[in-house]
Amino acid sequence: MIVLAVESSCDETSVSINKDGKVILSNIVLSQIDTHASFGGVVPEIASREHVKGISVVFEQALNQAGITAQDVDLVAVTKGPGLIGSLLVGINAAKAFAFAHNIPIVGVHHIAGHIYANQIESEMKFPLIALVVSGGHTELILMKEHYDFEKLGETQDDAVGEAYDKVARVLGLGYPGGPIIDKLAAEGEATYPMPHIKTEQLYDFSYSGLKSHVINMINRLRMKKEPINEKNLATSFQHAAVRHLIEKSRQAVDDYQAKMLIVAGGVAANKHLRSEVETHFKDVEVSVPPFKYCTDNAAMMGIAGYYYYQRFKKIDAMDMNGYSRLNLSE
Amino acid sequence: MKTTIHIETIEAMRDLALQIASYSKPGFLICLEGDLGAGKTTFTQFLGEGLGVQGRINSPTFTIMKIYENDVNLYHIDAYRLVGEFSDSDVEEYLESDGVCVVEWYKNIESLLPSEYLSLSIEWTGDTSRKITIEGSGQYEQIVKALSH
Repeated sequence: MIVLAVESSCDETSVSINKDGKVILSNIVLSQIDTHASFGGVVPEIASREHVKGISVVFEQALNQAGITAQDVDLVAVTKGPGLIGSLLVGINAAKAFAFAHNIPIVGVHHIAGHIYANQIESEMKFPLIALVVSGGHTELILMKEHYDFEKLGETQDDAVGEAYDKVARVLGLGYPGGPIIDKLAAEGEATYPMPHIKTEQLYDFSYSGLKSHVINMINRLRMKKEPINEKNLATSFQHAAVRHLIEKSRQAVDDYQAKMLIVAGGVAANKHLRSEVETHFKDVEVSVPPFKYCTDNAAMMGIAGYYYYQRFKKIDAMDMNGYSRLNLSE
Repeated sequence: MKTTIHIETIEAMRDLALQIASYSKPGFLICLEGDLGAGKTTFTQFLGEGLGVQGRINSPTFTIMKIYENDVNLYHIDAYRLVGEFSDSDVEEYLESDGVCVVEWYKNIESLLPSEYLSLSIEWTGDTSRKITIEGSGQYEQIVKALSH
């Protein structure tokens, strides 16, 4: 089965083609981060227009590189949410037009399902598994008992972990995105600043607003008193607290559900300290972290997820399928 | 019209948000300002509770906007990453709509805003205490007046 997938939920316009949910024949990714940088930030209407501008070319390149024609495609998969609504709709409408014109069935896929399935590209899922999804917009623990069966055990009550990194980096004047910068600084420092132990209302939930505020308040107080701030040590202290929270919650979920595998997915999966802590604390289960090129947004992962969705449900979406800024994994 | 309120606890923040929710109606625009960690998203969570929104409200920074379908829809926009010096129909569509719209970091897109809105400026005065300056003209004046008592 040949699957063509489309992703446009945020800054990347991407089309990918895979065979049987395993072999990636092509994965074209066009990023508009440089466009945002030239405007000094995001203009949602311009983001939508950039997706419109790029999508036809990306479609063409994906087909060419895969060495196939539209007639060879058996299934179209497209990200239906969550994401920036105007951007999502560009991909959805392009995917619908392509599916309609060539009479191919179409399925809408959840963006997080894609991030999780990025792990199926180079390794093989073993169930039950726990997926820790960490990015600038998400911090979630997902239980999977079989393919395309998601149970959300918990999520952030407030800020996503990647967002906390970005905001702490901003207050320290370190630049954007904050994750890689803090990760690098933290490797050179020591955890000398006291950090709160994060508490949440629900067992598997996360919370980063309190940690973020604690660090920012601390910086404000030190600056007010004109005391020096050791940025490296502060980065280490913050990073250790942030990652410890992820490890503790994941450990709890892996134990409670006797998982055979822990999957780490999303942009923050690239964090070095998180990777090494996961290795240290999960020696008893198989750990899967996607290859770096599949950590950030791309259509390849959406196509794999779309394939498994279709295999499991044999169900297709209608042409009135919509996009959603917020969306549950089970929808 | 303008008023300043000092709150000492998170519960007082909730009371304020619930009171503002009780005055809200479709088409309302509430603009929030304050440093990182001031409590803008926390305020919005309480406002959503007051509007009867089901499910969790969390930070929209990444997706820029989250839509909560409800009796009165809640549109939660975070302009943190936005620039508003250009016309932007994707954002403007939600500022005056069928629901209540909350904009965090609204100064980033001030040129896109209609002339009337309710603004809350939240200043950090201590770990749980905040100074909140509330301002509104036109249809929002009555709310500021009610909150100043």
